[in-house]
Amino acid sequence: MTLRRLGIYSAVVVISAWVALPLVLITLAAFSPREILYAWPRRIWPERFTLDTMLFFVRSAGVLQSVVNSLIVAVLTIVLAFLISAPTGYALARYRFRGRDAVQLAILATKMFPATVLSIPLAVAFIRWGLYDRLIGVAIVHATLSIPFVTVIVSSVFVGISYELEEAAMTLGSSRLQAFLRVTIPMALPGLAAAAIFTFVLSWNEVFAATILTLNNRTLPALIINSVVAAGAPLHYRFAGGFFMVLPALIIILLIRRYLLTLWGVTVR
Amino acid sequence: MVVADAELPQVAPRGRVDWTPYLLVLPTLAFLGVFFVYPMAQAIWLSLTDQQSGALSLTNFRRMGGDLYFIPAIRYSILIMAIAVPLQVALGLVIALLVNSRFRGHSAFLYLTAIPIGISDLAAGLIWLSIFTERGYLNAFLDAAGLAAQPITFLTYEHTSWLIGAIVVTEVWRATAIVMLILLSGLQLIAKDYHDTASIFGAGRWQTLRHVTLPLLRPSLQTALIIRTILAFQLFATVVALAGRQIPVLAGEAYFWYSLYRSPNVASAYAALILVLSAAITFGYLRLLRQRELEMTA
Repeated sequence: MTLRRLGIYSAVVVISAWVALPLVLITLAAFSPREILYAWPRRIWPERFTLDTMLFFVRSAGVLQSVVNSLIVAVLTIVLAFLISAPTGYALARYRFRGRDAVQLAILATKMFPATVLSIPLAVAFIRWGLYDRLIGVAIVHATLSIPFVTVIVSSVFVGISYELEEAAMTLGSSRLQAFLRVTIPMALPGLAAAAIFTFVLSWNEVFAATILTLNNRTLPALIINSVVAAGAPLHYRFAGGFFMVLPALIIILLIRRYLLTLWGVTVR
Repeated sequence: MVVADAELPQVAPRGRVDWTPYLLVLPTLAFLGVFFVYPMAQAIWLSLTDQQSGALSLTNFRRMGGDLYFIPAIRYSILIMAIAVPLQVALGLVIALLVNSRFRGHSAFLYLTAIPIGISDLAAGLIWLSIFTERGYLNAFLDAAGLAAQPITFLTYEHTSWLIGAIVVTEVWRATAIVMLILLSGLQLIAKDYHDTASIFGAGRWQTLRHVTLPLLRPSLQTALIIRTILAFQLFATVVALAGRQIPVLAGEAYFWYSLYRSPNVASAYAALILVLSAAITFGYLRLLRQRELEMTA
């Protein structure tokens, strides 16, 4: 018994180190003085920590604007994704209807063919439709990519809230819509917030579509990859950029940890 | 999304169709039609038409196939996938089983190992660049351990296998979390009764794992395999961050043809190829796994 526990804990320690160490190292790199990143012998732990590397990154041309762009795209994506897929999530949880399975399948299929296949033809179409190099265009693609996730989370949230409560409100004289707004929605809010947060991460992180669909109005990942490919950005810029992109992820995964299993799970319950 | 039908409220009396669910579903289907089905069809159409004349032709595929990077791109995409996906599934399974054993501190462990799902492929590439680059942390550790007097250049075209190794390590680090979450949610669906029964019949832990847990986990393993294999063809930013174009991959070539050579048509040919490969692999997995199922029940 103790031998088994020893085995479990040593595996846990090794795997934890494997996941955590690179995060610690990129944090060190982002707050190390620039010189030591290029020096040999290379120090692991800097003598002093400095904000210079991060400030250099944040003050580089286009970075602040691209952060603002990324935030705008993420918010637009959340709004679009919810308008489009929350009703479907509700319908899948609350109604049984002919074609329900086909709808589920169609939505799951979107998970299978993400950004790479969609972006290039969409770029051609967006030029025609006047959506090219515009933040709303990027948000539309990000919303398409997040539909399966938002639908699944929303549907699981409503499955978890008993329909009888809505019925009770209706017997007490409220309409179906009122019952939904006053009874179900308040109970659903935490789960819906988790879906919104996950959508934010998805949009904040997405590189390929954002790069293909923009030229001047870059989001942060599109700007970084472009400065790496086309401009050969210096290493300290790359490390600081990597750290900057990871930062929200750490906080956000903590916020939605209760719903982690729903996101990628095969089934909702 | 499996909900037993009996649990759903009967909304309309028999014989009358309630249109509400269809109205609720409509926006999603319309949106997917315009921004998902249309571009897929458009990708195939673009790949089959000549950029100048607009006539139907195979020029784009010929240009794609004739390109120096084409064969290596296919080779490296498949090679990286073939090494990384089994490692992701194996490590993901170990983590999921550890979490599911509910040792003290398992929820903190779950949070920590799930962090990479919030990290983009680009950020992961840059993180591991800080480790593998010439004056990076790996050389610093080697130096501290007295193993390298001079920094070793890991990321160079002279050592293709090291470049591939770096990409595989990064992909395993980043994407194991997704596999782990799929498998963990599968594990939690397996009723405890099975394990109780197995132990009543005297099965040891390994036997239970081998003959009870893993067979019951098959649907989740299947999903994890399919999703990871398909996403492996999307591999792009990790590779660009670590190796530039020294290791060409399919999605990367689509990007270079689009933004460097300004040829959406050849880029679409790559997109169409990725589409076909993804569909073929999903179909292949499903057939292979179903056949096995028939053999097992027969």
